Amino acid sequence: MADKIIELKNVTYTYPLASRPALKDISLSLEEGKLYGIIGGNGSGKTTLCITICGFATKFEKGSLDGSVLIKGKDVEDYEEGEVSRMMGYVLQNPFSQISGVRETVLEEIAYGLENLGVAPEKMEERVINIAKKTDIEELLLKNPYELSGGQQQRVALASVLVLEPEILIIDEPTSQLDPEGTESIFKIIRTLKEEGKTVLLVEHKIDLLAEYADEIIVLENGCHIKSGPTHEVLIQRELEEHGIQLPQISVIFDELKKRGKDYGAIPVTCEEALKLLKNA
Amino acid sequence: MADILLDNVSFTYKNGYEAVSEVSLSIKQGEKVAILGQNGAGKTTTVKMINNLQRPTKGKVMVGDKNTKDYTTAQISKEVGYVFQNPDDQIFHATVMEEVAFGPRKALKLPEEEIKRRSERALELTGLAGQKDENPFELPLSIRKFVAIAAIIASDPDVYVFDEPTAGQDRAGLLTLNKIISELKEQGKTVITITHDIEFAIHTFERIIVMAKKKVIRDGTPEEIFHDDETLKKAMLKTPYAVRFARELELGETITTNEQLIEEIVRRG
Ligand SMILES: Nc1ncnc2c1ncn2[C@@H]1O[C@H](COP(=O)(O)OP(=O)(O)OP(=O)(O)O)[C@@H](O)[C@H]1O
Ligand SMILES: Nc1ncnc2c1ncn2[C@@H]1O[C@H](COP(=O)(O)OP(=O)(O)OP(=O)(O)O)[C@@H](O)[C@H]1O
Ligand SMILES: [Mg+2]
Ligand SMILES: [Mg+2]
Repeated sequence: MADKIIELKNVTYTYPLASRPALKDISLSLEEGKLYGIIGGNGSGKTTLCITICGFATKFEKGSLDGSVLIKGKDVEDYEEGEVSRMMGYVLQNPFSQISGVRETVLEEIAYGLENLGVAPEKMEERVINIAKKTDIEELLLKNPYELSGGQQQRVALASVLVLEPEILIIDEPTSQLDPEGTESIFKIIRTLKEEGKTVLLVEHKIDLLAEYADEIIVLENGCHIKSGPTHEVLIQRELEEHGIQLPQISVIFDELKKRGKDYGAIPVTCEEALKLLKNA
Repeated sequence: MADILLDNVSFTYKNGYEAVSEVSLSIKQGEKVAILGQNGAGKTTTVKMINNLQRPTKGKVMVGDKNTKDYTTAQISKEVGYVFQNPDDQIFHATVMEEVAFGPRKALKLPEEEIKRRSERALELTGLAGQKDENPFELPLSIRKFVAIAAIIASDPDVYVFDEPTAGQDRAGLLTLNKIISELKEQGKTVITITHDIEFAIHTFERIIVMAKKKVIRDGTPEEIFHDDETLKKAMLKTPYAVRFARELELGETITTNEQLIEEIVRRG
């Protein structure tokens, strides 16, 4: 059995002054080297789950936490200052908040985290250029991070975390402002990271892409963990719609066809599965 | 009434970067239009010129019979309401209600009764009626986006410009947006919406303007746009599943939506 890299045990979290908890009694056990898609309606607690796992919920938001969050078997609060941020990279939902503002060019902005890690200058430039190529922001390296379009900023925010090459990545809606091709290429990058053995928690509304790329899906509703399991198994459940979740278009198309008397024998969730069924029919 | 006309418009930012180059467009009062296209294409820059947040460096922008260069941003924004891509650039009040009432109260100087009527209607339409006393900054980003939309609705301009309202929205959020846009259309408003959500664009708009590399590269119906592979490629868009599957099954080039695909497959038996 693979190692449990992140475990949540009966986690309940309440923001300061909030009348009810944003996360309720959540228990999860995540394996190393997998890509987890976290889904749920707006306000269901996805971002709160992210900040709870990286320890920000208690450290910065200063809300109250019951239960425990274990990273590699050790409580996240028991790690030394800095240790957690080296191990875990967190890409914020709002890219604007991610940009440090202390540097004048995109290049320096991305290198900033590496400086803090003490990476040698020669290595630094190589890593920055490499990640800039992957995220398609090479042309922006000498620009001011505040003089960019929304989607460009989002790419810079993501690149500034990816460049640190942390073991665990928690990425909160990294493609919300990206064009469709850009979105797909970010999913490809994330898949490569997973193949390199990294563990990725990805919050996304783009269910069609999660269907293609995620290993497992975790579903939140109203602060509760209501479902999880292998991607295909979770995403063919029509009742997810009642929990405010969009199902993959492909599964909706085939489900509707089945209702109308065209049964292809299975409900696909990925394009490849769908094409196979269509061709064999 | 405010038809929009961009006549050979270019825009260069202070740092010397030209973000929009010689764009011409016309949008009639009452039209529903989506703007799609690659990151950095110049979509936000273009629409900010429509409400006079930015003035063209070349060419002219007309809102109805007003040339925007002869008016202040405050004057034009009474006719063209712009909802920012990042709601945090727009929101600055401590409660949702104050934020929404700001336009009618401070910019339009309406009587209290009318402010109340408009604000309540805007909150109702955006699904925020239950959250009017909350602090916008404690609401999730997706909901803050609706706060920003409600604030513009309360000001009731002739033309609405929504900059990526679909970003980060769940299923319910997308349905609410669709409802808002239809309702505004019914009232004869113009709605211009920037989005990266292809399915939303196909289902909500009859006209789509595609931008890439500082220019408008195509302007047409969803059917025209999503069967034009070259345009899709240039603008970093993707072919919808329905079009892909229809091609795979040799159903021809007339299918664009999932519903059309299903109908055609069922029809052929
Ligand atoms: N700083 C805060 N103070 C008080 N309550 C908060 C705060 N941030 C979030 N909440 C509340 O916690 C709940 C969960 O919010 P969260 O941001 O985790 O949702 P989400 O699933 O990430 O939503 P979205 O899809 O909109 O990003 C919501 O009810 C929200 O209003
Ligand atoms: N304040 C600014 N100063 C200088 N250049 C800018 C500024 N804002 C944007 N730009 C540049 O202008 C170009 C167009 O930006 P714009 O925001 O209009 O793009 P967009 O089509 O809305 O993209 P997105 O889909 O990412 O929001 C981009 O290349 C961007 O880097
Ligand atoms: Mg969130
Ligand atoms: Mg933009």
